[in-house]
Amino acid sequence: MLGKHLLSAGDLDRAQALMILDTTAELASVTERSVKKLPTLRGRTVVNLFFEDSTRTRLSFELAAKRLSADVITFSAKGSSVSKGESLKDTALTLEAMGADAVIVRHGASGAPYRLATAGWIDGAVINAGDGTHEHPTQALLDAYTLRSHICGGQGDLQGVHVVIVGDVLHSRVARSNVLLLHTLGAKVTLVAPPTLIPVGVESWPCSVSYHLDDALMQADAVMMLRVQAERMAGSYFPSTLEYSRLYGLDAPRLELMKDRAIVMHPGPMNRGLEISADVADSPRAVIVEQVANGVNVRMACLYLLLGGAGSQAGGD
Amino acid sequence: MGAIVLRGGAPYGLDPHDIVVEDGVITEMTPSNQSGSDALDAEGVELELDASGCTVMPGLVDLHTHLREPGREDAETIATGSQAAAMGGFTCVHTMANTSPVADTAGVVEQVWRRGVEAGIVDVRPVGAVTVGLKGEQLAELGAMASSAASVRVFSDDGLCVHDPLLMRRALEYVKIFDGVVAQHAQDPRLTEAAQMNEGALSARLGLAGWPAVAEEAIIARDVLLAEHVGSRLHVCHVSTAGSVEIIRWAKARGIPVTAEVTPHHLLLTEELVESFNPTFKVNPPLRRAEDVHALREAVVEGTIDIIATDHAPHPREDKDCEWAAAAMGMVGLETALWVAVEVFIESGLLSWRDLADRMSTIPARIGQVPDQGMPIAPGSAANLTVWDPSAQGTLEVDALVGKSGNSPYLGRWMPGAVRHVLFRGRPSVVDGALA
Amino acid sequence: MVFLSSARVVLDQADISRAVRRISHEIVENSRGSDDLIILGIPTRGVPLARRIAETVAQIEGHPVPCGAIDVTLYRDDLRLREVRALEPTDIPSQGIDGCTVVLVDDVLYSGRTIRAALDAVHDLGRPAIVRLAVMIDRGHRELPIRPDFIGKNLPTAKDETVRVRFVEVDGVDDVMIDSESVGDVDAG
Repeated sequence: MLGKHLLSAGDLDRAQALMILDTTAELASVTERSVKKLPTLRGRTVVNLFFEDSTRTRLSFELAAKRLSADVITFSAKGSSVSKGESLKDTALTLEAMGADAVIVRHGASGAPYRLATAGWIDGAVINAGDGTHEHPTQALLDAYTLRSHICGGQGDLQGVHVVIVGDVLHSRVARSNVLLLHTLGAKVTLVAPPTLIPVGVESWPCSVSYHLDDALMQADAVMMLRVQAERMAGSYFPSTLEYSRLYGLDAPRLELMKDRAIVMHPGPMNRGLEISADVADSPRAVIVEQVANGVNVRMACLYLLLGGAGSQAGGD
Repeated sequence: MGAIVLRGGAPYGLDPHDIVVEDGVITEMTPSNQSGSDALDAEGVELELDASGCTVMPGLVDLHTHLREPGREDAETIATGSQAAAMGGFTCVHTMANTSPVADTAGVVEQVWRRGVEAGIVDVRPVGAVTVGLKGEQLAELGAMASSAASVRVFSDDGLCVHDPLLMRRALEYVKIFDGVVAQHAQDPRLTEAAQMNEGALSARLGLAGWPAVAEEAIIARDVLLAEHVGSRLHVCHVSTAGSVEIIRWAKARGIPVTAEVTPHHLLLTEELVESFNPTFKVNPPLRRAEDVHALREAVVEGTIDIIATDHAPHPREDKDCEWAAAAMGMVGLETALWVAVEVFIESGLLSWRDLADRMSTIPARIGQVPDQGMPIAPGSAANLTVWDPSAQGTLEVDALVGKSGNSPYLGRWMPGAVRHVLFRGRPSVVDGALA
Repeated sequence: MVFLSSARVVLDQADISRAVRRISHEIVENSRGSDDLIILGIPTRGVPLARRIAETVAQIEGHPVPCGAIDVTLYRDDLRLREVRALEPTDIPSQGIDGCTVVLVDDVLYSGRTIRAALDAVHDLGRPAIVRLAVMIDRGHRELPIRPDFIGKNLPTAKDETVRVRFVEVDGVDDVMIDSESVGDVDAG
């Protein structure tokens, strides 16, 4: 149904994306019960292979796997290149020897999950939990699920929904996955950022681009704020954090420009005061905490759809 | 030492001839199937090589190779690299200076030259570094390297760019003493920090830091103007973009003494291969767009790009068996250069064998000022000859490569033929498709 | 699904209607008029059957009877034998099932594994006082110690026969067919 791996939001067609969202909806009720555990993946071993620090995503996947009764091993590897300790290949071979049915991998190098999926080192399913600046498919899925819940009554696709994504698009895997998935689900996407943080070649992406936040906000059904790293100043992407916030930060006055029912999203972790002000982050229009909850359910759905049947053939390789 | 007869091969793909080689020189050439060829069956023929159905070329000369010795003998040595070169039809290679220690003194270049002589399979011509340690701060002792036994004439910091305009100017001026040439690796370091692939729509989608074409073109533009200003020869290594071609075309039209090279992989492969995130396709400069490949092919035909040079860059397996960002940049190319050239230029009819001989033998020898290489196939010339057999087709397997490293992007590809025999200074280095 | 000419109808619409009425009466009698009855259908076809039974019981008793659906996919023991299955909707009445009499409803009872999974699912939802099972067809060949409390029809079958229950709500027609030839994947699409 989904192919063997989940590496990119761009690999999902509309039917597959909807299947994941619908499955998430069914699983969401599990989270509300007192017994939150399902026996579905009992006997399966899921490995969290995290080369980058990320407590939030790691715990989300861990919880998702445990709620399906899978055995979870977490492998926090620091340093990915050959010179800094065990190589990706050797780590993968070790996991294969331990019998991993699925490897959830977060890595600082774009394409690392693809290497795991195609190099022949492991046999199991590979789920991309974020690779470099490339993709973060489960984040896009939970964002789509959140949008669907609030704007589309929890059903169907996102036809006609206008999503504005603001921030460091150039370095954001969340932005890339979201642009692809939102387009697949029929949403309209506008990227807002200073030109230095918009990638060359964005003309080929299925979205529009604007350098002006205020105009975009007025038409948005949802605004997704991306984290901006202050360290980017060293690369001269913007002159100061103050100027960045002035031009591209979401604060209370800007919130007023938005439609009444429009929601504010953020993949986390937030830089309160830089891309999003504290009062916006805490306002009732911000659904950030809900995104986290949806994250567990979405990841349960992905794990179920990848591991809950007879092993399927690897797609396209 | 007896004579060697190469029977039935067609020099430059024209009429079959029998070629007699004695004491390192071509002594006789007679058309095959002429009654006169019986006269060659005299005693004193030590070895007869069948070249029927084959094309005979002057021994190929590579102006850009990395033999890794000294320092990275795990990837390649001068001996194994020479073997790989011979299997590819080369009788001369210029080995770049980015070794460890860097080839920036007479001592190191002489060491490299001597190891090449010991291996005795091809002419190994060391390239001298332009700056000390390739640091780009201070000129290396170019004069000492030129007067050494290695007789260096080509200087390059390849691997790195001589990015300081003042230093580049000084180098261009200085090499005029011994009519040397500076070969520039055109890559502005500031525009390509941590770059992983060609910058464009694909790099944006794949989330890999981009290496913009302008980082190459801006340096070439600057360098050709400097070369014009000081009146010195410039050579541009591994040209990879359509924009670079236009700048070189403009420079030549102005009479600027610039020559340029392109690698076989930039004539055949495009950036779409990076979608697989397989580091086999990671190279510097990166694989570019189809438009660039076409512009480069046109430039080779037209002569704007003068030569094909391999940029043979061996890497041990662990440097490629990893995630993209951690992988080394480079592809081996000595053993596959000629078949790529045949596929791109000969089979398509874009070039004749004679034209290809110019671009892979005659002109590189001239740029590198290598005596006895790139000579016409005629009596009196040094006997550096390559025999290409179009019937020896097959799929490229990694075990077939004799070089030490297997990082070739062509594994599993169909090859339109193979090198059958190679004579180096009149002695066989390759016989019947295997090392002699 | 295309049936070969060897297929025969064993129950028609009238038979099904009568069976639903009888089962409903049996449920009412068995529960002795209790007001904590919950009818849960197992998707896909257990759901319309559950709804009909709940409506009929409501008519008999004179008050509405809560009805819902309980998908058992996540509890099955044979998931790995086939490609992954889509989940069906689970809809439990808001009052929950604690202390209630839950009547599970399915169209065909065969090996008993679906019902075993359903019991696990029910167990995770709460603690009913009693769990009963109503099926339209019991075709035998039990692999687990499961027995139905309310049966539409006992239909002894051979293992290579196929039994298919169809309901108007899902299939556009009410009937039960049995096919004595192995149909395999003869799907018209």
